[in-house]
Amino acid sequence: MKLDHSQPLEYSTGQNNLNIFGFWIFLGAEIMLFATLFTTYFTLEHRTGNGPTGAEIFEITPVLIETILLLTSSFVIGLGIHAMRLGKIKAMISFFSITLLLGLGFLGFEIFEFVHYVHIGAGLQTSAFTASLLTTLGTHGAHVTFGLFWGLAIILQVKKRGLTPETANKSFIFSLYWHFLDVVWIFIFSFIYLKGMM
Amino acid sequence: MEFFERFAIPHPSPAIYASMVVIGLTVIAIIAGLTYFKKWGYLWREWLTTVDHKRIGLMYLISALLMLFRGGVDAIMMRAQLATPDSKLLDAQHYNEIFTTHGVVMIIFMAMPFIFAFMNYIVPLQIGARDVAFPRLNAISFWLFFMGAMLFNISFVIGGSPDAGWTSYFPLAGNEFSESVGTNYYMIAIQISGLGSLMTGINMITTIMKMRAPGMTMMKMPMFTWSTLVANLIIVTVFPVLTVALAMGTMDRLFATNFFTSSNGGMDMLWANLFWVWGHPEVYILILPAFGIYSEIISTFSSKNLYGYKSMVASMVIISVLSCLVWAHHFFTMGQGAASNSFFSITTMAIAVPTGVKIFNWLFTMWKGKIRFTVPMLYSIGFIPLFTIGGVTGVMLAMSAADYQYHNTMFLVAHFHNTIIPGVVFAMLAGLTYYWPKMFGFMLNERIGKWTFWLLSIGFVLAFFPMYITGLDGQARRMYTYSEATGFGALNMISFVGAGIMAIAFALIVYNVYYSIRYSPRNIGSDPWDARTLEWATNTPVPEYNFAITPQVNSIQPFWDSKKKGHVLFPAKLDKIHMPNNSGMPFILCSIFFVWGFSFVFAIWPLVILSTIGIFACLVLRSFEKDHGRYISIEEIKETEEKTGGAKL
Repeated sequence: MKLDHSQPLEYSTGQNNLNIFGFWIFLGAEIMLFATLFTTYFTLEHRTGNGPTGAEIFEITPVLIETILLLTSSFVIGLGIHAMRLGKIKAMISFFSITLLLGLGFLGFEIFEFVHYVHIGAGLQTSAFTASLLTTLGTHGAHVTFGLFWGLAIILQVKKRGLTPETANKSFIFSLYWHFLDVVWIFIFSFIYLKGMM
Repeated sequence: MEFFERFAIPHPSPAIYASMVVIGLTVIAIIAGLTYFKKWGYLWREWLTTVDHKRIGLMYLISALLMLFRGGVDAIMMRAQLATPDSKLLDAQHYNEIFTTHGVVMIIFMAMPFIFAFMNYIVPLQIGARDVAFPRLNAISFWLFFMGAMLFNISFVIGGSPDAGWTSYFPLAGNEFSESVGTNYYMIAIQISGLGSLMTGINMITTIMKMRAPGMTMMKMPMFTWSTLVANLIIVTVFPVLTVALAMGTMDRLFATNFFTSSNGGMDMLWANLFWVWGHPEVYILILPAFGIYSEIISTFSSKNLYGYKSMVASMVIISVLSCLVWAHHFFTMGQGAASNSFFSITTMAIAVPTGVKIFNWLFTMWKGKIRFTVPMLYSIGFIPLFTIGGVTGVMLAMSAADYQYHNTMFLVAHFHNTIIPGVVFAMLAGLTYYWPKMFGFMLNERIGKWTFWLLSIGFVLAFFPMYITGLDGQARRMYTYSEATGFGALNMISFVGAGIMAIAFALIVYNVYYSIRYSPRNIGSDPWDARTLEWATNTPVPEYNFAITPQVNSIQPFWDSKKKGHVLFPAKLDKIHMPNNSGMPFILCSIFFVWGFSFVFAIWPLVILSTIGIFACLVLRSFEKDHGRYISIEEIKETEEKTGGAKL
């Protein structure tokens, strides 16, 4: 393994470069995935059948809390990567842990929101609108859930093995993933919730 | 009892029971054979756990050939049923099932792995790389494809085949009209192998963008590598659309959601749109690498470099963009209005322009060249006129007003077979013959190969050209029979004869492989065709590390230059080589995926949960695994190079 010391640790080997590049391509595919979900949602948005409309079920408070939690977590993981570049493992692990806790908080609120929707008669089977809404939100939520486990695995590895080209690479890629989820959420917040409430 | 009834075949026939017996006997024979010859260890060590792009390529190849015959049997059954009017050979349900599985198998489980076989085997060699960027992921891609294919193929003996057409339009594919689990198989098997395709896309793009030999700039890449790059960019762009569409289709069928239903706001046309947003680019995913293979072959056997390299690249990029803007031409008649029909008409016709550029480039490559009429070259030369006819009828179909006459008729069936068979299938057979000596160290017999080519071409023309006429006369596709009064009988009989001739041609391929294994000379060296690009610069058989020394590239045909112009291909000294370790994880992970898919098809939820946990357990294990690969020492390399007869050191 050739180490290139002019690069940050996460870019320092050939394989590390490939991993990061490949992950960007993967994020491109993820953009297409969410773009398809959004397209579906916009197509079915007003096809509510006998079910409620978006304006009837959306509530700003929990959504705003979710937004703040997720946006903050994206900022905090940025701090984590900054700490990683400075070689401060402890700070990095703390920031990563805060990120995951914020993510967990987000997920909690989202689950609460879903239960609420089902409770007021806007379940998955109610209408084309509810199906596409819950699928789009659910896909994002599933990504966050997956991220929680993935992030946990990375924290454990950094703790155990220290900052190596490998663990730094994994952490950096995870941060890309987490930022991406944040970007998707901004679209969900603007074009599903805000648009739906207007 | 109800639980077990789902596994029964809804429309059993003696042929299906016979197939069950044959499948059972084959499985027993394979297991017995492996045990008797003590090959389990070999199979596991050398194949099931391999991460070598060449071996994965070969496994794709074998799977594709098997699927070719499976899909071919469906085709023959269809043509036999239609050979005479009012035929009672198959009933309507059985006919529905075989045209559905024929389409899915040929596109997704034959053509896709066939092109993946060449991408895997050839691209790293062409760019002078040791392997693909993510060897382990590559193995996962293959096994996902394989498990998806197997899941799809068991459908006809367990639970019933899908029967809603390879496009599975809703509401026909919904629970109301397709009660059996067949369409579940469709949704989930394609989902699993589609995941594999997406990963291949990521892998190939990274490999090509980041791992080219020094000196190989983008505009010095061989044409097949370019076509692979463009095709994989399309894969990454459109496969997620299919993923979402299939997921929603699955939810409609299993969780009673209302995406594509006719009630509670569901919109059936959404499926058609999403399907074709993937489906149309998909045919370009298949044809572009085929174009790449033709480019390599025509250049080699015309003894000239490729004419119009830059326009070749530009036209591929333009095709890839346009391919994503034409999807609605598949349903001009479904009432989306004149404006959007006109838009999709024009974009569709526009694709003929870059494609025409490529056709002329191939012709100009041959112009004044010293042409050698080998089997791969015959396929390439046959491809040009036949494919052009298919292209021209494509432009006819692109005219939305005229499409009301062609839509859903045999004219369309003739058109797309006329592009896919001379376009993709000929390219795959040409590529198979061309790269066979690189893969196996001996040539396929030329005489038998030429017979195959001529039989296949004549059979193809006989089988498909009559459909243009019956289609224009109004014979609908997907109808299991027609009356004598229609007068379609004679032309359909000709089609059947043509299909029979094609079947003989495919059987000849098998015979050719057998014959060549026995009688072909083995001392052919590493460059039997006098070729031009890097894949021929390494030894045959190709060592696992591909090139002992990373080649230095100066032009689009570095190997040719090293032979004729004194270009130094291997300037550096030997060094130890880093290679990835084999791993059983991809196979195990994807086997769990198979269980996951099967239990999803039959809605056996405890097993779904269990296998989902299994899948994640594999991912966790992988995350915590420490695997830094291994090094091949200089001594070992020298030994291998001497053994493989290369030693160009």
